[in-house]
Amino acid sequence: MMRLELVKRPQRSMLFSALSPFIAFALTIIAGAVMFALLGVNPLTAFNIYFIEPISQVWQLHELAIKATPLILIAVGLSVCYKANIWNIGAEGQFILGGIAGSMIPVLFPQFEGPLVLPLMLLLGMVGGAAYAAIPALLKTRFGTNEILTSLMLVYVAQLFLDWLVRGPWRDPQGHGFPQTIQFNDSAVLPELMPDAGRANWGFVFALIAAVLVWILMSRMLKGFEVRVLGSSPRAGRFAGFGLNRMVFFAFLLSGALAGLAGISEVSGAIGQLQPVISPGYGFTAIIVAFLGRLNPLGIVAAGLVLALTYLGGEAVQSALGISDKVARVFQGMLLFFVLGCDTLIHYRIRLVGLALTRPEGAAKREAAPKLKEAR
Amino acid sequence: MSANQDGTNLLEVRSLTKIFGTLTACDHIDLDIARGEIHALLGENGAGKSTLVKMLFGSLEPNSGEIFWNGQAVRISNPGAAKKLGIGMVFQHFSLFEALTAAENIALSLDDGSPISSIAAKARALSFSYGLPLDPESLVGDLSVGERQRIEIIRCLLQTPQLIILDEPTSVLTPQEADKLFETLERLRSEGKSILYISHRLEEVKRICDRATVLRHGKVVGHCNPREETASSLARMMVGNEVQAVVRAPVEGIDKAPPLLEIRNLNRKPATPFSIPLKGINLNVRAGEVIGIAGVAGNGQGEFFESVSGEVLQQNAASVRIRGKDAGGLSITGRRLLGAAFVPEERLGHGAAPRMKLSENLLLSRHATDGKAFVGSGGMVKSGAIQAASQRIIEAMDVRKSAPDPEAAALSGGNLQKFIVGRELDRRPSVMVVNQPTWGVDAGAAAHIRQALIELSRSGSAVLVISQDLDELFEISDAIAVMHNGELSKPMPIAEATFEKVGLLMGGAEPGHAEHSLETA
Repeated sequence: MMRLELVKRPQRSMLFSALSPFIAFALTIIAGAVMFALLGVNPLTAFNIYFIEPISQVWQLHELAIKATPLILIAVGLSVCYKANIWNIGAEGQFILGGIAGSMIPVLFPQFEGPLVLPLMLLLGMVGGAAYAAIPALLKTRFGTNEILTSLMLVYVAQLFLDWLVRGPWRDPQGHGFPQTIQFNDSAVLPELMPDAGRANWGFVFALIAAVLVWILMSRMLKGFEVRVLGSSPRAGRFAGFGLNRMVFFAFLLSGALAGLAGISEVSGAIGQLQPVISPGYGFTAIIVAFLGRLNPLGIVAAGLVLALTYLGGEAVQSALGISDKVARVFQGMLLFFVLGCDTLIHYRIRLVGLALTRPEGAAKREAAPKLKEAR
Repeated sequence: MSANQDGTNLLEVRSLTKIFGTLTACDHIDLDIARGEIHALLGENGAGKSTLVKMLFGSLEPNSGEIFWNGQAVRISNPGAAKKLGIGMVFQHFSLFEALTAAENIALSLDDGSPISSIAAKARALSFSYGLPLDPESLVGDLSVGERQRIEIIRCLLQTPQLIILDEPTSVLTPQEADKLFETLERLRSEGKSILYISHRLEEVKRICDRATVLRHGKVVGHCNPREETASSLARMMVGNEVQAVVRAPVEGIDKAPPLLEIRNLNRKPATPFSIPLKGINLNVRAGEVIGIAGVAGNGQGEFFESVSGEVLQQNAASVRIRGKDAGGLSITGRRLLGAAFVPEERLGHGAAPRMKLSENLLLSRHATDGKAFVGSGGMVKSGAIQAASQRIIEAMDVRKSAPDPEAAALSGGNLQKFIVGRELDRRPSVMVVNQPTWGVDAGAAAHIRQALIELSRSGSAVLVISQDLDELFEISDAIAVMHNGELSKPMPIAEATFEKVGLLMGGAEPGHAEHSLETA
């Protein structure tokens, strides 16, 4: 009989740090094949429809970029939070508030046109997202609340607030009662990059710029060093003179601003008006993107494209095979699950223990003892 | 070689080898431990002591070599197997839960489901018979370090081991507590138990150990009878050459030198149920002198360090003054900018971020003071400059490492400490506050660090050293004050200080009245 055992590595493995997302992806594919087979579909056909066909033409690549834009923008901001060991789970709400704040201009001042409109909207979007993210930051630093709970709960507040706005005060009077705002005027719509080839808009460029800037921030600048120190060893961070409370605000405001930018880019680019629902869960999926991208902004760009594909694939299998598009959620969930699992390989290596070398009963249990908190 | 009746040693190690990557941590080690002997394991940091001990205790597996227990070849694949054979270990850093009682902590490690009450009874009986006073019902958080060590020892004895491994057991004890421990060890030896004793303190090795095995660079360089050796001949074997004695020339006219660090009636309320309040602490450290603060661990030294360093701010800005300026309201960065430097007790996680490179750890404490040199316009880190500076420190302090710029956690404790001390010395600070400068650091490195602190003071800086190692304080201090229960005694000039006086103050004789308490003692 063979047994698997985890042995701690003396240093984190760079190899598995890079390989882990790929192993996770492979495992997701295998599990996905089993799922499709159980649904009575030939896995190869399903994979072709899910992963290949949605990106086989240029206009489809544009669709991919549209879906990837909010994921990348949000995940890049979240990566800073998570590196700082601050758990902002509420990017979905910050995304929505960014969309609402940025839409104030085209909805409330529809006559206001010109080149100033878009920059102002984007700025307002970022301010809105950041302001909404400041709430859990304030609660955490002032009252010691758990930011996971507060930021998550604020998502539902934001969703309901948007729902109320588009059904109530902001509803388009000429909209035949549909719960939506007026269509934005032309100067409030984010232009498309290559209108002849597809729908992708400038939001994708913002996402790439944000990724590069945050990468520079995290890897080359003192502020990024501060984030990493406070996240990995808070006491050493305090010794360095870095303030934890300041960091909570910095991380929340930065990630909130990027989520807000994503929100207004989505509303003014892909949608063109406010609707009761403006996100298929980008703020949550971006959490997966952040981890799949190893919390590295450049890795997040790649991860964002992969997760965007799961959305497109979900729609494709629904129309082609009649399978629920919830299958996209299943793929996303499996991917996160396997990525977190595979991350174990960064700190541990797997050892096969054969029968000849088996240990006495209960040995594994006893090994836990030296791991007790060192209290001195 | 062995003197036991049936001719076999309790433990024989033959050609044991452990390789980590390119580093051979243990290179064909031979070691014999007879029944009823106290066997010392000596060596500098990085000599392979910990690796060897971990292989004996089953936390690491050797690459090659054999271990014989009672003459039988054995494979010790995990700590459970070691315990089953009869090998017990008392670690240098305790693994106890502060919020649980002593008995509950013991029960956790026994893992056999016996009720707490019976464990407590057994522990009480053992503590009584070995002269290790301990109340099993007491909360660990309320206990002194010496008492916590007793829990570890009793926990180990409850498994009725034949061989007990002690890793640096006296590094946290007062001289009086250490004497008590030695009595217990001698008692265990008289019962035929064997003890493997790891220590840097050569005097105590000479005092209680029957034989010694000396390691250097992963190899056995000799076996000897420590009683026939001198401390310096043992040190020579460990280091490979004579350990440089620390030279401390007395300074003249220190009274007239300006105080660079002044502490005026410093008070602090306890932050947690387990921390010690500071009560009215006064102290001056002048340019050119080293002041030592002695005391048993857990008497407020950590709280005092945090208050002086600025990790915790004071209400009254004048309660800490650095170079004549009120600093009580300044953060640690503000105090550093006034010219102060700090070395905390814990290396990993406090003085250094474990998972960051040495060069990044340089930036940790110097990003503000050396802002121009290390951080460019717009907050960009000049990685070339911090690399060069960390190489300079590595050379100046002789830091030994396995990679050009390794993570802090990859260094041995002593080498990391050399880097952390060197990081601050490199700044030529005018005030240096160090907590436990040589905890767990080998003799060669400790001498290096101590000499560097003395030289810093003689070049006109004020140096404050908090330490539990009295030998160290007597070696480097111009005056010694004692911290007990959050209060600090008046500094005693080194010419007047004796181990007895300081030991009494450490034990709780009234601060500031050393002479008086001597009379009553």
